[in-house]
Amino acid sequence: MTGLEPRSTSLFGDREVALVDILDRLLAGGVVLTGDITISLAGVDLVRVSLRALVTSIAPADGPATPELPGEEPHALG
Amino acid sequence: MSDALSYVYAVGRDLVADDLAELTGAGVGEGDPRLVDAGGLQAVVSDVPRDEFEARALDDKLEDLGWLAATARAHHHVVDAVGGRRTIAPLSLATVYYDDDRVRELLGEGAAAFTAVLDRLDGRAEWGVKVSIRAGGSGSEAPAERPRTGAEYLRSRRQALREGDQAVSRAEAEAEEVDAAVRALAVDARRHRPQERSLTGRPERMVLNGAYLVDVGAAEELTGILAPWLDHPTLRVELTGPWVPYSFAGLEGAS
Repeated sequence: MTGLEPRSTSLFGDREVALVDILDRLLAGGVVLTGDITISLAGVDLVRVSLRALVTSIAPADGPATPELPGEEPHALG
Repeated sequence: MSDALSYVYAVGRDLVADDLAELTGAGVGEGDPRLVDAGGLQAVVSDVPRDEFEARALDDKLEDLGWLAATARAHHHVVDAVGGRRTIAPLSLATVYYDDDRVRELLGEGAAAFTAVLDRLDGRAEWGVKVSIRAGGSGSEAPAERPRTGAEYLRSRRQALREGDQAVSRAEAEAEEVDAAVRALAVDARRHRPQERSLTGRPERMVLNGAYLVDVGAAEELTGILAPWLDHPTLRVELTGPWVPYSFAGLEGAS
């Protein structure tokens, strides 16, 4: 594993992209405009967003609707 | 007033309906992505339910975090698909207007700024370079003799911490070299915050999370530039991309 392989075969093609990399860009990047409706993200803990995404991605599609997350303390997943 | 709001993904200036052909059923909400055109600019838009967005403040709740993750993925999917065909200025997450007329107003008012952003991004793509310290790479884990006194314990503990600090400092210095090498190729560069270990799910500590705007023709050189760090004993270098240049779409840098 070199870790240096770009994750795509074609420019902007389909690929597996880590949610955390998307959130880096979507929450800190992009053209920022004041829309008619503002959604506050101030209360969001990104650690738990990632955990939630992880749980969702490994849970069977027809599994329990809301799997439990670990408690308040963010857990290292290593 | 309708029950739908107009969610805006991106703005371009040469978009045609065919660019969205593969996005049927995609996007945030139920409506298919479509184009709203005004004054030579087009916004990629789809209908989202009013009650889902209005007066919503996301909180640190399971339901909201799931919503945020799904919305981010859906937003990215649309931006990535259109951005693979045309130059676009991607919008930040969850930019919503009351209706398409408001979107047309936005395109009219922001025409000069959008054009400047599109000029800057044209023919370029964003690449991510992340540098982490390989797990167990600091080499200072030799099991010491069992300390006999509290003072001995404290002394050895302090030394271990110091060695850990030094390993991080060395890695940060080397990450600066990686950053400088990629910057030399790039048109522009940004730093994102290094991702927490709890976010990456990996034991490695990240010391660089860089984003680089690179001419499409120069992208192949990136691999060559990073090659010297490939088999580095203590650092792991990761390349992600190409991305639609989210990190370089700020209007403030448009001048």
